[in-house]
Amino acid sequence: MNELMRRVLFLPEQASEYARGVDRLHFFVILTTMVAATGVFGTALYFFVRYRRRSDTDVTPHVTPRPIHEILFIGGPLTLFLVWFAIGFPQYVSLQTPPKDAMDVYVQGKKWMWKFAYPGGPSAVDTLRVPAGRPVRLLITSRDVIHSFFVPALRVKQDALPGRYTETWFDADRPGRYQIFCAEFCGIGHSSMLGEVVVMPAEEFDAWIADQRKGLTRAQDAAPAPGEPVRAASSVVDEGRRIAAEQGCLKCHSIDGSPHIGPTWLNLYLRHEKLKDGRTVVADEGYLTKSMMDPGADIVAGYQNVMPTFQGKLAPPEAAAVVEYIKSLQTAAGVSGPSEPPIYEPVKRPRQ
Amino acid sequence: MSPSSAPVSEVPAYNPRNYLNSPATGLRSWLTTRDHKRIGVMFLVATTFFFAVGGLFAMLIRIELLTPGPTIVDAMTYNRLFTLHGVVMIFLFMIPAIPSGFGNFLLPIMLGARDVAFPRLNLLSFYVYLLGATIALWGMIHGGADTGWTFYTPYSTQTVTKVVPILLGAFILGFSSILTGLNFIVTTHTLRAPGMTWTRMPLFIWSIYATSVIQILATPVLGMTLLLVAIENAFGWGIFDPARGGDPVLFQHFFWFYSHPAVYIMVLPAMAVISEVVCTFSHKNIFGYNAVAYSSLGIAFVGFFTWGHHLFTSGQSAFDAGIFGVLSMFVGIFTAIKVFNWTATLYKGSISFKTPFAYFVGFLFFLVFGGMTGIALATVSLDVHWQDTYFVVAHFHFIMVGATIMAFLAALHYWFPKITGRTYPEGWGLVGATLVILGFNFTFIPQFLLGNEGMPRRYYAYPERFWPLNVASTAGASVLAFGLVLILVYLLVSLRSGPVAGPNPWHSRGFEWFVPSPPPPENWEVTPVITHPPHDYHHAGEAPPGGVEPEPRHAS
Amino acid sequence: MQASPLAHHFESLEKQAHAARLGMWLFLATEVLLFTALFAAYGVYRFLYPEGFAQSSRSIETWIGFVNTLVLVTSSFTVAMGLDAAVKGNGRRTALLFAASVGLALVFLGFKAIEYAHHFQEGQLPGRYYTFEGVQAPGASLYFSLYFLITGLHAIHVIIGMSALAIVGALAWRGRFTGEYHIPVELAGLYWHLVDLVWIFVFPLIYLI
Ligand code: HEA
Ligand code: HEA
Ligand code: HEC
Ligand code: CUA
Ligand SMILES: [Cu+2]
Repeated sequence: MNELMRRVLFLPEQASEYARGVDRLHFFVILTTMVAATGVFGTALYFFVRYRRRSDTDVTPHVTPRPIHEILFIGGPLTLFLVWFAIGFPQYVSLQTPPKDAMDVYVQGKKWMWKFAYPGGPSAVDTLRVPAGRPVRLLITSRDVIHSFFVPALRVKQDALPGRYTETWFDADRPGRYQIFCAEFCGIGHSSMLGEVVVMPAEEFDAWIADQRKGLTRAQDAAPAPGEPVRAASSVVDEGRRIAAEQGCLKCHSIDGSPHIGPTWLNLYLRHEKLKDGRTVVADEGYLTKSMMDPGADIVAGYQNVMPTFQGKLAPPEAAAVVEYIKSLQTAAGVSGPSEPPIYEPVKRPRQ
Repeated sequence: MSPSSAPVSEVPAYNPRNYLNSPATGLRSWLTTRDHKRIGVMFLVATTFFFAVGGLFAMLIRIELLTPGPTIVDAMTYNRLFTLHGVVMIFLFMIPAIPSGFGNFLLPIMLGARDVAFPRLNLLSFYVYLLGATIALWGMIHGGADTGWTFYTPYSTQTVTKVVPILLGAFILGFSSILTGLNFIVTTHTLRAPGMTWTRMPLFIWSIYATSVIQILATPVLGMTLLLVAIENAFGWGIFDPARGGDPVLFQHFFWFYSHPAVYIMVLPAMAVISEVVCTFSHKNIFGYNAVAYSSLGIAFVGFFTWGHHLFTSGQSAFDAGIFGVLSMFVGIFTAIKVFNWTATLYKGSISFKTPFAYFVGFLFFLVFGGMTGIALATVSLDVHWQDTYFVVAHFHFIMVGATIMAFLAALHYWFPKITGRTYPEGWGLVGATLVILGFNFTFIPQFLLGNEGMPRRYYAYPERFWPLNVASTAGASVLAFGLVLILVYLLVSLRSGPVAGPNPWHSRGFEWFVPSPPPPENWEVTPVITHPPHDYHHAGEAPPGGVEPEPRHAS
Repeated sequence: MQASPLAHHFESLEKQAHAARLGMWLFLATEVLLFTALFAAYGVYRFLYPEGFAQSSRSIETWIGFVNTLVLVTSSFTVAMGLDAAVKGNGRRTALLFAASVGLALVFLGFKAIEYAHHFQEGQLPGRYYTFEGVQAPGASLYFSLYFLITGLHAIHVIIGMSALAIVGALAWRGRFTGEYHIPVELAGLYWHLVDLVWIFVFPLIYLI
């Protein structure tokens, strides 16, 4: 029955229990809609056949409703609608409340690609790998305009808003590859902003992520996006920009003022930064360098200690170039208050 | 010719002194007219023109989607096409078409008035419309916009296309509908003929009245919002710009606060038409006059509190989503009341299956199906899957094309004899209706399925598995377009050479049918006195006292 | 309006006046809603950036706002007196009182201009033009975007209302109105009261809290 209805309605495969639940409601809703629409239509046709006009001067009786009619007219559909709602709303609420043990993935929409970052470093573009049978929470944001992360097979969709985090979650139980669409209009590339969720058997996923964490493929995804001008390093600042992109800093730090996984670099230089332990520091060159080499020492208030250390990965001239780059990111009308924390509060759980 | 002697005879008469030729016929007399009938006709001509323009864009969209990859245009052009299609259809065609066109023509006649309360304002409203339309057209010719008709920020504030003139155009068009709505409300309050109590008003007027209330309350907010986007796009003041602390979702709230009520601006006038058509063609009093009348106000009122159902996936809290979802269920009830009452009106009627009635039957089906898919969208969890897919596109075309265009066509055929004094060919009319209704189903039912399958809207290119359904949809659209062009052709022909209609070809008891066709400039030679509720088909005969009695006009 | 003030489609002057009044009230409702959109935006951002808004509000000259409030309230008062004179059939008096109101409106605009000039000097400007050193809390530039939108829109209304008062005043001087027929005086007065009323909301929002 389920399979038949699914095919008749052209629904994509159901890759999670949630999807199956939504589809059950879907079948119920669509069937009642068809019955109601054909019912009303059919009644009208029946009345037409039954009460066809005989002459132009027919006199018809003056029929007015009794209260019971109007009560039925109101009560019938209202009950039905509220039943739909009573089923649909809890599903929505469950979609809004990820389980506590979900794995987090940071999703960033950007004209016109999807970037995924896993806690602890690994990242990917356009391909989201997740373990089957384990809940995954997505923390979604956007770099530029609004996008919308949509996986039909999971019946999940969530807008990616610049300057803000939204979240959604799913628990895919069937390994396979499922298409990701961008569902909010975002410009010329909107219809090619596609991606894929690859649901892997849990063990395979664990092996994959361990591999990634070893840093095998670290730099690969942070190369400048297609369309971004790749200029030869002409100055220290440009050099810094290149290094920051290569080292993956920009996966966590934005340069346009929007809070991301880490504080934005826009107007960071000389900002009075509030730290977690209540101290305030001025973000001068020394502090910036120290933040790269020993990020755990000064944690910015509102952020988690997730930044990896770059001690030994950045040569001193490279670190200096990055600092110069950060210093160059100053606007005249700078918002120079302390960093605003991101709006989400990541779930606390022991690091693996 | 006084209304009491309006001929019931077999030989229909063309009223020789009518609003079309008196006081003068020149272009100048039309452009400076204050006659609500002429203004109504000008609105009809202008909006029909924009319907054709919007339809042309629609056909280009459908042709582009005939293949999964590029077909006739590039991505940028496609984005402009659907934006302009939406903008033209909504702001330039659908919002003004029925209220400013048919409403203007009929409302004073039905009230037994000589004109609307502020005739000069009425003409101004038309010129404001033309001004807004010109600015928007200028923007379209010089680059168009690629934001979608919803102008979501921050995309709309960053795009380099010509959104500013289009936003300004829409802003100005808003004032046109405010002026019209204001005029209608005041007219209904102050210019009812003697004896025309609120519960004796034709249902057409109730619905138009409710529409006007929405126009007055919602349009200013939209105007301001669009202006803010224009300012943001031009000068970067940061109101909706996240980089400057602005909140892009705030725009969506502002936009839908207007645009959800605006969908009722588009459907209430359709309901107005249908309430008249169903009575006339079934020769029956409406079943449940009060229910139908007050549900219009109910829609207007509750419609203001459901806007959040467009934001289920934009990070709204579950609590808000619940509130907006439930309220959306309630707004559906008012429509349901109307639907059931219309259907019950047919019971024990005397039904003649003329073209307007054919559209009524189509309307019923489309409204119920389209409306119930609206409720389905409001069941929150389903919307998460359907949001911004072709399912939504199909939902609103089912109501806006399915219901409102059917009503527009019904109105066009139903009042054609009154407006022009001539009749259209009935046989062709039924052929046209069949083509339109079939073509429509063929166009948009596949789109529901595409939405289920997951095809997002505003997609220039799509994966191949969506191909077959898209071909079906384009095929259906061609039939639809063919039907519409056919209708346009025979209506234009009848305009010149259609048989003379006479004052009341449908044997209706609607008040507007008691004036000659086409109506004289002053509508009623003597102010009528209303003694009966509208549509009292249980009386024998069809001349007055079918509700209207003449009374000498006050000497002023 | 040349021949008889009664238009052909009304049966009596009274009804026509009723229609005109109703129309004006509806129009005023749309005007209020126009501002409501901006006030709503103000409310949202005030909620999001309490600090920036409070500081910015303190950084502008309260006394100008206060004086302007007095000026506008006085002008509303003279308009009301003008209407009273019109009801009594004293067109000249109406004209003089309306002239006084227009004068007060000019004073209002004068102060506004001084204030704007000051903002330009200080760099208290909207969005990307914001360069004011004094307040750097987030949201400050938004405060000034809304400040200019709200007071700018209000100023446009002052200018429109002023023109209406001037025209109606001139007609009153020429004796166009009588004790029975003075609807335009009434409508211009209503409009001016709206302009005043909106300011009564703007003043605390922008200057005080
Ligand atoms: C005229 C236009 C019009 C009308 C009248 C409606 C009517 C309704 N609409 Fe629709 N809607 C649009 C035009 C319209 N809509 C547009 C243009 C969009 C997309 C905008 C965009 O994003 O571009 C949209 C989008 C839209 C969405 C958002 C989808 C999304 O983007 O995710 C939702 C969600 O709830 C919705 C809901 C509703 C509801 C609940 C109604 C209700 O008012 C419907 C009420 C009617 C009925 C309920 C039918 C009558 C019922 C019966 C006869 C009872 C049946 C019998 C039995 C039960 C026995 N609409
Ligand atoms: C009133 C509103 C209205 C009307 C009538 C229509 C009519 C049609 N629309 Fe559309 N449409 C919208 C409002 C409307 N639309 C909106 C708001 C959007 C969203 C835009 C966005 O995403 O921003 C949209 C989007 C939209 C899309 C999605 C594009 C995308 O997301 O990529 C598609 C695709 O098929 C489409 C198709 C059609 C078709 C085939 C018709 C056909 O019904 C058209 C048929 C008409 C003709 C072919 C014209 C022929 C007429 C004459 C010659 C004059 C005849 C005159 C008389 C008979 C009096 N429309
Ligand atoms: C996995 C995410 C991540 C990556 C990758 C990352 N950072 Fe960070 N960064 C953070 C977080 C979270 C913080 C805030 C908490 C803290 O101070 O440790 C931070 C803080 C900082 C700060 C201090 C900012 C302030 O406002 O005080 C600097 C400077 C910085 N990072 C530089 C870098 C550089 C340079 C790189 C790349 C070479 C980099 N980061 C890569 C997450 C990251
Ligand atoms: Cu990204 Cu559409
Ligand atoms: Cu809506």
